[in-house]
Amino acid sequence: MSNTPKPDAATLLAIWKKATLIKLNDERIIKQMMAGKLVMPYYSPRGQEIIPSALSMHLTDDDYICTIYRGIHDMLAKGFPLGELWAELAGRATGTCKGKGGPMHLTHPAKGMMVTTGIVGSSMPIATGLGWAAKLDGKNRVSVANFGDGAANIGAFHESMNMAALWKLPVIFMCQNNLYAEHTSAADSRVVDRISARADAYGMPGVTVDGNDPDEVYGATKIAIERARAGEGPTLIEAVTFRFNGHLLGEAGTYMDKQLYAECQAKDPMPILRARLLTEGIATEDDLVAVEADINGQIDVALAAAMAAPFPDPSELKRDVFAQDLA
Amino acid sequence: MTEPKTMTPKTMTMVEAINKALHDAMEADPKVLVLGEEVGDKEGGGVMGVTAGLSTKFGTDRVKSTPITEQAIIGAAIGASIGGYRPVAEIMLMNFIAVPMDMIVNHAAKLRFMSGGQTSVPIVIRTMTGTGFQTGGQHSDYLEAWFAHTAGIKVVAPSCPDDGYGLMRSAIEDNDPVLFIENLPTYWNPGPVSGQHVPIGKARIAREGTDVTIVAHSLMVHRAAAAAEELAKEGISVEIIDLRTISPWDKEGVLASCAKTGRALVVHEAVRQFGIGAEIASTIGDELWGTMKAPVKRLGGAFSAVPFSKPLEDAFAPQPADIAATVKLLMG
Repeated sequence: MSNTPKPDAATLLAIWKKATLIKLNDERIIKQMMAGKLVMPYYSPRGQEIIPSALSMHLTDDDYICTIYRGIHDMLAKGFPLGELWAELAGRATGTCKGKGGPMHLTHPAKGMMVTTGIVGSSMPIATGLGWAAKLDGKNRVSVANFGDGAANIGAFHESMNMAALWKLPVIFMCQNNLYAEHTSAADSRVVDRISARADAYGMPGVTVDGNDPDEVYGATKIAIERARAGEGPTLIEAVTFRFNGHLLGEAGTYMDKQLYAECQAKDPMPILRARLLTEGIATEDDLVAVEADINGQIDVALAAAMAAPFPDPSELKRDVFAQDLA
Repeated sequence: MTEPKTMTPKTMTMVEAINKALHDAMEADPKVLVLGEEVGDKEGGGVMGVTAGLSTKFGTDRVKSTPITEQAIIGAAIGASIGGYRPVAEIMLMNFIAVPMDMIVNHAAKLRFMSGGQTSVPIVIRTMTGTGFQTGGQHSDYLEAWFAHTAGIKVVAPSCPDDGYGLMRSAIEDNDPVLFIENLPTYWNPGPVSGQHVPIGKARIAREGTDVTIVAHSLMVHRAAAAAEELAKEGISVEIIDLRTISPWDKEGVLASCAKTGRALVVHEAVRQFGIGAEIASTIGDELWGTMKAPVKRLGGAFSAVPFSKPLEDAFAPQPADIAATVKLLMG
């Protein structure tokens, strides 16, 4: 990957800040859930922080993203406001979706976060449609479809990739390959090693990168997004990573290979990137501690406000079903 | 949206009326798009010609023929609508709608609610169906009940060209997803078209009468009319309510007619069991308890796949003779 663009020092620090927000936010969610103060189905993104943090360096609020149930990292990297996020997770009326969507349906169009789906594979057809709208608008917007390795085996993957290539749409198919599709390993899911190899079948570029390496993710996403903005069509990026908290928080994780888990733990991108910032002199320990304290402070504020906010009124069942309220 | 232009009523077929509605809507609003299998003129302007002329007039950026790819068709429509457009997506036959069901039910219908009103999906899904051409078990079904049971999507089914035009204009301008069901065997029946919008959610009195109310939609309005003609010869006066919109249905209009006649029969081509007739009959029974002169009756398709063989196909769906016989039962 020597010829691909690399993030400069300031960008690398910005990637770390976003990734740290994701990690600290995840830790706080788990703490709240374990204390019984937050009840929700939670698909932790711990371990996948680098992918959306590096990707988002090339996106503006006008660019669209669609993501899936394991998508809070994608949302936070794109700029989801913490207050509205926490209120939504707590099911409050002040949540971004008024408490009606929850963690699996986070939406915030003001920042380009158009759809979060709880259905494996379903981010792709809709992101393709947003890509069509972007192309018709002619404003150089791009549309990012986030999905997992499991979704690469569902029909919607094929249909979306084919249509996006056929219509030369500005779509980035961002496969976050965390090695497990729910409880099923990659080896038990497909014969081919690389998901990116499937791009050939649709006549689009396909690339596999180390999803834990900010340089590689930054470079690959930069090339894909520039290509999309130039009207040259979609790209499939497979970013290989790992999720440390299993499929659904609270599961036993007995299906996971212990040796693989240990190997992945050794490659946890968060301590590696933090150490790199120090080694390369991009930041001092004091700088990083200050950032972490600031983020934790922001989470404190968002959490406290969410818990103090009212639950939605039952009359909300009649609202937003259609444009006009039900009688 | 500009007010619809009034035009002198012209005689058109359903195909021509819907085609005209699409032309007029695309002309009125540059955000209106059309996509689906073979909708472009290069591919024939739709398998029955409903979209003929659109791609030539409005270009292939706005009128897109697609591969055979139903999930991507509906997904593209949903995404484009969230991005500010008003796509009219065609699913060639209603049975094929089983393929993109996830896109329609889990996404198109629910995104507004799940996002707390931040996003909306103003799409129209056109589809055609119906028994009559011996197309068998996977090309003939009426599946409106699936969608009437889903909160967040509207369902319309015109029976005449005037409503075909008017409902299509309203469906495209509606801010929610609308499933638009076209009846294949009556596509070429001519009728007057006024060029007026028809409001979604309002039924139409297709025939006035005093003894029995028949609630129907799509092809069954015509079968009910044929039955009513025969019954009139025997002195039985039938009122026919053409639902036009199945969800949200015109409860007020239906109840007003039933209160007047005191007898009700709900007819649909879809399988009777758990069909929309059950909801309508139950509502009439609840709301008009004690005032109806007879129990509310239902007629619908047999509890089988649609058969191929002509006599079997005829036996599957309610015929005018079945409707007339049931009305006589109601009359006692």
